[in-house]
Amino acid sequence: MKTMASKRGILPGFGLTMGFSVLYLSLVVLIPLSALLLNSTGLTWGKFIDVATNARVLASFKVSFLTAAAAGLIDAVLGLLLAWVLVRYDFPGKNVFDAMIDLPFALPTAVAGISLTAIYAQNGWIGSLLDPLGIKVAFTPLGITMALMFIGIPFVVRTVQPVLQDLEADVEEAAATLGSGRVRTFLVIILPQLLPALLTGFALAFSRGIGEYGSVVFISGNMPMKTEIAPLLIMSKLEQFDYAGATAVALLLLLISFLLLLIINTLQHRFRKTAR
Amino acid sequence: MAGSLPLVPTQAKPQRSTTRNESSWVKWSLIGLAALVLIWMIVLPLIVVLTESLKKGWEVYVAAIVDPDALSALRLTLLVAVITVPLNTIFGVAAAWAITKFKFKGKQLLITLIDLPFAVSPVIGGLIYVLVYGEHGWFGPWLSDQDIQIIFALPGIVLATLFITFPFVARELIPLMEEQGQHEEEAAVTLGAKGWTVFWRITLPNIKWGLLYGVILCNARAMGEFGAVSVVSGHVRGETNTLPLHVEILYNEYQFSASFAVASLLLILALVTLILKGWFTRKSVH
Repeated sequence: MKTMASKRGILPGFGLTMGFSVLYLSLVVLIPLSALLLNSTGLTWGKFIDVATNARVLASFKVSFLTAAAAGLIDAVLGLLLAWVLVRYDFPGKNVFDAMIDLPFALPTAVAGISLTAIYAQNGWIGSLLDPLGIKVAFTPLGITMALMFIGIPFVVRTVQPVLQDLEADVEEAAATLGSGRVRTFLVIILPQLLPALLTGFALAFSRGIGEYGSVVFISGNMPMKTEIAPLLIMSKLEQFDYAGATAVALLLLLISFLLLLIINTLQHRFRKTAR
Repeated sequence: MAGSLPLVPTQAKPQRSTTRNESSWVKWSLIGLAALVLIWMIVLPLIVVLTESLKKGWEVYVAAIVDPDALSALRLTLLVAVITVPLNTIFGVAAAWAITKFKFKGKQLLITLIDLPFAVSPVIGGLIYVLVYGEHGWFGPWLSDQDIQIIFALPGIVLATLFITFPFVARELIPLMEEQGQHEEEAAVTLGAKGWTVFWRITLPNIKWGLLYGVILCNARAMGEFGAVSVVSGHVRGETNTLPLHVEILYNEYQFSASFAVASLLLILALVTLILKGWFTRKSVH
């Protein structure tokens, strides 16, 4: 005990806190998650392939990944604007402005879901303006994208904001002294330094969007092959007591999202290297 | 999910040289544009909850909230939060202590595993508990022999909520305690203080605002979780319905005003969370 303590430092409590943390982590997260992998539902390889190649399953993945990617990209652009204004300018009401950015973190997703549906439905505040133009938002993939944009926007703002705050002024000033205009300075000097943070924000919004359920089910209309998202498919398989099918879709969803996040992380690593 | 991000001090740096400033019209157009984005994306959904909930008048609003099923949903939601938030808080403090005060192998792996619930869809967060405790799950037959019901009952809702809100407090404390280091604690121990005394007298006062910040975010998510709870709840009105699930039931029954009225309670929860969060952030910066 003495030798261990001296190796780790003089503070007490390692055994207690570490033991409790690992036990609790195992009980709440690891053991339940392993149920997915350890095949408790009689899911066979053949059934997994069946599910993975099923047209309705593939369509739901397409909807989930495309809408999450579109929402993440739009959030990256809008989030950069919000972060820029918050970091670089002073204006009345800035504190409230800043606090409101976190609303999507704090608002239960079901509330966001019914509210956005009311806004974009045919008779809603924005839906009724778009309807004469022939644009339908609620109950289309566009509506799903809107919901995911709402959920994802704080991720981008909150990752870009601190990086923007810490940017060194000297390079920017040097560029200005050498006659570079603001737009050019932004594109050549500032934007490359923000790219890793933007990518992180995108990745966070994107991965949250893939799994998101509450805000989407109300606005999506849930039509199979058209606006059915992958998490909803898991839900409906569960409601039909098809546990093996639900497990298969869940495994596939986890697998693809981890792969995508791995790619994004690798990209980010590259960006960081070239930025230096 | 806010827990995945560090505290952001939001004050602007003072004194910027003029070469870093845009002309005034560019500045104000950008501010105007950003304000439009904020109003469109965030303020509008907030206002619509309020207007929709009061559309049929104050009486319908009050009736929806004092409805026995709504009150029972409110009680269940509070009960779930009262159980899950303290458990995840104790875990968060313990994990942060182990991770930031000691060196050990596999630290990075442990941090990644703690973050895992953030990367998993809430629906999957519910599904895994069905696979473990459900009728056809690992412990299903044994549990039904003992006449213990977990899925479609309170324990299932608590477990799913524990999973979803698992990382919040730990995620907030780890970077904070990392930054603060351990010199103060080491000095106290050298002078003969016992472990718990060190924790209560030195560590806790140092981390209190960050801890409270993590706790209110954990609480907001615990009270508002929808997907995971929806999988394990069974949706029995007056029994296993939480507030967010009650919003859904009313909505699907086309009782829109009542649904938005219940939703407005959750909106108030969100606004209170934001106000407290701002307060804790300011306190932790100063």
